[in-house]
Amino acid sequence: MLNRLRDLRDPVHFSFDGVPMQAERGDTLAVALLAAGVNHVRRTGISGAARGPYCLMGVCFECLVTVDGVQNRQACLIEVDDEMDVLSQQGAPSLPMPVDDGEGSKQ
Amino acid sequence: MTVIGGGLVGSAIAWGLARFGVQPLVLDGADLDLRASRANFALVWVQGKGLHAPHYAMWSRKSAEAWPILADALSDDTGLDVGLLQQGAFTFALSDEELDNARADMETIAKETAGGAPAFEVLDGAQTRQRLPHVGTDVVGAIYCAADGHVNALRLFHALHMAMTKRGAAYRPRHAVRTIQPVADGFVLKGDDFSILSHRIVLAAGLDNERLAPMVGLACPLKRSKGQILVTEKCKPFLSCLTATIRQADEGGIMIGDSEETDTSAIAASSEISAVLASRAIRVFPALADLNVVRSWTGFRVKTADGVPIYERSERYPGAFIAACHSGVTLAANHALVVAPQIAASRLDATLSAFSAGRFNVEQTS
Amino acid sequence: MSHRHVSTADSLLAFYDLLIIGAGPAGMAAAIEATRAGARVVILDENPRPGGQIYREITRNVPAHRPYLGPDYWKGKALAEAFTGTNADYVPGATVWSMESQGEGVEKGNCVVGISLGGVARMIEASAVILATGAIERPMPIPGWTLPGVLTAGAAQIALKSAGVVPQGPIVLAGCGPLLYLLATQLLDAGVSNMTLLDTSDPNRRLAALRHLPGFLVSPYLLKGLTLLLKAKRSIHIVSGIRSLAIVGKEDVEGVRFTTARGHETVSANSVLLHQGVIPAINLASAAGCALKWNEVQRTFQPASDEVGCTSARGIYVAGDGAGIGGALAAEVSGRIAAITALSNIGTVAQHAVVGKLKRLRHERRRYLRGRAFLDVLYAPQQEFLTPSDPQTIVCRCEEITAGQVRDAIALGPPGPNQLKTFIRCGMGPCQGRLCATTVTEIMAGERGTNPSEIGTYRLRSPVKPVRLAELARLPHRPSALMAVTGRDPVDHHTTNKETHHD
Repeated sequence: MLNRLRDLRDPVHFSFDGVPMQAERGDTLAVALLAAGVNHVRRTGISGAARGPYCLMGVCFECLVTVDGVQNRQACLIEVDDEMDVLSQQGAPSLPMPVDDGEGSKQ
Repeated sequence: MTVIGGGLVGSAIAWGLARFGVQPLVLDGADLDLRASRANFALVWVQGKGLHAPHYAMWSRKSAEAWPILADALSDDTGLDVGLLQQGAFTFALSDEELDNARADMETIAKETAGGAPAFEVLDGAQTRQRLPHVGTDVVGAIYCAADGHVNALRLFHALHMAMTKRGAAYRPRHAVRTIQPVADGFVLKGDDFSILSHRIVLAAGLDNERLAPMVGLACPLKRSKGQILVTEKCKPFLSCLTATIRQADEGGIMIGDSEETDTSAIAASSEISAVLASRAIRVFPALADLNVVRSWTGFRVKTADGVPIYERSERYPGAFIAACHSGVTLAANHALVVAPQIAASRLDATLSAFSAGRFNVEQTS
Repeated sequence: MSHRHVSTADSLLAFYDLLIIGAGPAGMAAAIEATRAGARVVILDENPRPGGQIYREITRNVPAHRPYLGPDYWKGKALAEAFTGTNADYVPGATVWSMESQGEGVEKGNCVVGISLGGVARMIEASAVILATGAIERPMPIPGWTLPGVLTAGAAQIALKSAGVVPQGPIVLAGCGPLLYLLATQLLDAGVSNMTLLDTSDPNRRLAALRHLPGFLVSPYLLKGLTLLLKAKRSIHIVSGIRSLAIVGKEDVEGVRFTTARGHETVSANSVLLHQGVIPAINLASAAGCALKWNEVQRTFQPASDEVGCTSARGIYVAGDGAGIGGALAAEVSGRIAAITALSNIGTVAQHAVVGKLKRLRHERRRYLRGRAFLDVLYAPQQEFLTPSDPQTIVCRCEEITAGQVRDAIALGPPGPNQLKTFIRCGMGPCQGRLCATTVTEIMAGERGTNPSEIGTYRLRSPVKPVRLAELARLPHRPSALMAVTGRDPVDHHTTNKETHHD
């Protein structure tokens, strides 16, 4: 978690998992989330462990979130914006479609 | 006994030998040598194999049928589940021409094997989408064959190495064999800083078989064949069906493959090939469009001049055997369960004689 | 004059004389030098604004609002202003995912670079490419380092520079190296208290470092280093002689357990900041086929390059920390050197006209590098933090592969890290080995009792950063590629006898 040293001057309003949040214009999304008190942004697809931003410079891929419907975006490389709809990721993402029931393969 | 090559073919044979009481020495190359075993598409595949080579079609079928035995035996030896799934597979066509060609090949193979090759169905676009609602409208049809399947090929590679070591095979990496010299009681294998005398040897050195085979009275004519594969980030199970060019690994990543370049020796992946692979994958499954590609890789198939494997015992130096093929995954069961015991007994069965490299000489003189 | 801010892929030119990757000190300096010489230059950067990590947000920050950043940071202001004044095409927010160059040597090359910008991929050609990709922090695999609330020290510094935010206390800084102390004093100046610094540097190193002391005594690092140390020691709880570390917590950081000669202790923490030096970011160079070499003093692989930035790949140059760690001032000079070299090799400037200038710049760079060796040796990471002994410690964060699994796979005798990777998926996740490659090499070297130079590292392939399938699909479909995939000539529909199965 990060604390701001100055009050917001030019606030941006976005949401994380439906919760309204504020950040300073120009912040990266990863910094905006940490400064808004969000440490966990996803759970891994393998063990389900909680993860949060780690390197803040595009290297570690820990800060992957879904932004405006696009999954697996590096939060540390994009700037937060008004009305950005940010979602945490639980395990590996699903494709936007139902899982095929495999009827074809059981012929 | 020394097995030259520690890839899927070499390690399957070495493990097979060890199971039959012959604990081989396995000599392998360096970390960055060309290795088809690390670059394959992980299919246990029979569909379309063996055009004008019915013995190869039947050989592939036999191995696919024996694969569950292999998977169980590996699991017993290592505790690793190689993720074998044999629930049938589709080959999609994006044009009538592609479908016609695929159908013609399948019909020819059926005729040439007198119906021995696994049965298949030809589906039109509507029938394909009826079975697989998520297939894109660019798909004009498909071939379906119930005998096809896939495994986790990297875990297979890991398991074979664990299993052969456990059964007493001795593995020596960074021991590339430069020369093989036949001597009275065997062969002297020489590398940069070693010299090993072995009574019997198995050449399973992939692309390097072409260079090594003539040293022991064998031949292994290969042709250049580079393949490239894209793999996406992991996603939740999406592809319950298997296809020839798109598959979801059990870890979740989707692999997209099947290119062949015959005019390059560069190992680098080509973005031009990636573009075509990506485009065709999206035309087949439009839902893939937004996935990230996290890696690509290339590999050189160990492809003989006619695409059919070579298995042979040297006539001039009977202690030398060779195994060369580009289907190290599909044929792993045969290599471990059929070929290895025969090598252990120092005789290759008559059914393997059709795979002798002698066939190339015949073609050259006719 | 001002640089052209490019924000869409289609507004890029198809061809540039010089393409620069990274807008840190090396990249900015290279762009300044090359545009002055009249070259058509494009500079691509992942971040929203120029400066790299060292001068992060330098174009927007002012000393009055961020007084705690210190004079070294503000040195970037003039450089960034000069860069903004060039006529280069500046492309922020860009992902470079592939690079292909043809042949070897330094003559005019034909480099093709894959870019993703605003959700659109594009291939751009250039006669020469300068990789100014900077450094990444050396991974510090300790138990619990994947817990939320653990950041790299570099990350905390980026947050401080870019947004004026600081980690929530209590804070534990753990590791070694000058950056850790610099960060501690910056946080102090920003008003942060309640910090503990667990110094993992190896006390035995002091003797080895003495050999390099003469260089250090005349270096710019000396005074700076002493000032930092004194300041930190006055106000921060510093524990030296750390032998082992573990971050504890269930879903978040709760504390840090450490061992010294006095035994075990635990300190509570809300934030943990890890650091044990920086290493060159080599993924792009490696994927482009540039030969790598092992740097024993800095314990890292780096692109093999000569004094003027030429790599083993034709038309590809390296500059700055991405070529070998030297710091911001040396990076700036090496960026200028690489630009001059590239332009003289492609014929934009006459070779004889730049001999004197290159000589002067190389002399200047030597001055900035003085004292570096002393620090490199003094702050070389302790073995325990390079090769974690606890088998449960995660090595590959993406695939969650532990040190124990890595050692078990090594016991099977794979010829190197690439085979190991295929056996256990270590390094196969989205970060593509950036956070585990050095650890795997070090563990393998340790297990085999050999030097990392004998072990090697992962071979990388494009895309070096993830790129959407749809973006790849929209790239041009060349006849040769269509032929390779479909087995048919797309022009005359001639059918070949293609039979390929990848199994």
